[in-house]
Amino acid sequence: MIAIIDYGINNLDSVKNAFDRLEVDSIVTSDFNIISRANGLILPGVGTAIEGMRNLKKLRIDKLLTSEVRNGKPLLGICLGMQLLMDWSEEGNVDCLGLIDGTIEKFTNKLKVPQIGWNNVKISNFELPITNQIAQNSYFYFVHSYICKPTDANIVVGTTTYGQEYCSIMKQDNIVGVQFHPEKSGKVGFQLLKNIINYFISLC
Amino acid sequence: MLTKRIIPCLDMTEGKVVKGIQFVNFRDAGDPVVLAKKYDEQGADELVFLDITATVDNRNILLDVVKRTAKEVTIPFTVGGGIRTKKDMQLVLRAGADKVGVNTGAFKRPALISECAQSFGTQCVVLSLDAKRIGNQWNVIIDGGRTDTGMSAIEWVKQAVKLGAGEILLTSIDARWYEARI
Repeated sequence: MIAIIDYGINNLDSVKNAFDRLEVDSIVTSDFNIISRANGLILPGVGTAIEGMRNLKKLRIDKLLTSEVRNGKPLLGICLGMQLLMDWSEEGNVDCLGLIDGTIEKFTNKLKVPQIGWNNVKISNFELPITNQIAQNSYFYFVHSYICKPTDANIVVGTTTYGQEYCSIMKQDNIVGVQFHPEKSGKVGFQLLKNIINYFISLC
Repeated sequence: MLTKRIIPCLDMTEGKVVKGIQFVNFRDAGDPVVLAKKYDEQGADELVFLDITATVDNRNILLDVVKRTAKEVTIPFTVGGGIRTKKDMQLVLRAGADKVGVNTGAFKRPALISECAQSFGTQCVVLSLDAKRIGNQWNVIIDGGRTDTGMSAIEWVKQAVKLGAGEILLTSIDARWYEARI
């Protein structure tokens, strides 16, 4: 069973709907017991880092998440959910979960923010099971103003260019992060979700 | 880099998709959920639903359609029509829309845009704008194509973007004779 972490922000149902369509057993929850029992965790998210961290702390899910993931439980962070995995965010100068070394910074280009729309992902690592059957430069749906800058370049699986090149898929041990919304990216997005869930199952 | 998007725009009334010409002479074009699924399968990048005769009575029908559509489609979708308050917007987002279009409600009370942008983010506030060429300029038309506000569309767009509209859905009322959106 996959736990989709409910921390009081929007966009949870679209992730749940995607798993229902993939026939993956999932539940939207903030319950400690369910999160502890789950085989894998999804941290979705639309909103700001400061609001996201405030909500996670208020529900005391921040510590639970970090301990579960450090003990090997697989986690997928989507959009803001991926950003919150980092050490610190420029958005509101807030400390985040610190599961991945690096920071979240605002786009430094002069293009419109948020970036809203379909952009392509250049995959740099096809050896991983999560990139199975994902074509090079596939388009995914993005909505964001901030980008992740992981310290370790080796964890970058895919990059996207919007005025500047940045990390749009990352993988570090049992943690996967995607900056775009796979649940809103049509067939290729669903393939990626399927790959990630299959990978999670292989870790169990 | 960002790509061009192909976005089918479905006009709805009382839970049915309709086709009209210049906002009149509507005829039934089918079930929105079935059409949405078909467009998704055919490779559309996004979808837009506009409830063109939105009233309080229609609200629940619309929310039900949004809920059912959210379960079927794999792409982002925008819902608009009759949005007057932050609460209206919240209900549509909760039902599963990714973005919400505001039109007449925002024109009559521009603070609606900033209120929604602050609560839900600029990325989900879409300014839906119907424009008609009057003399040498394009005017903003509200009330479902019925009322010419006399205001320049360009001026309204500038103001709305400042207030927090993240995207613009621009419809030319004149071009709708050809069922084209520009």
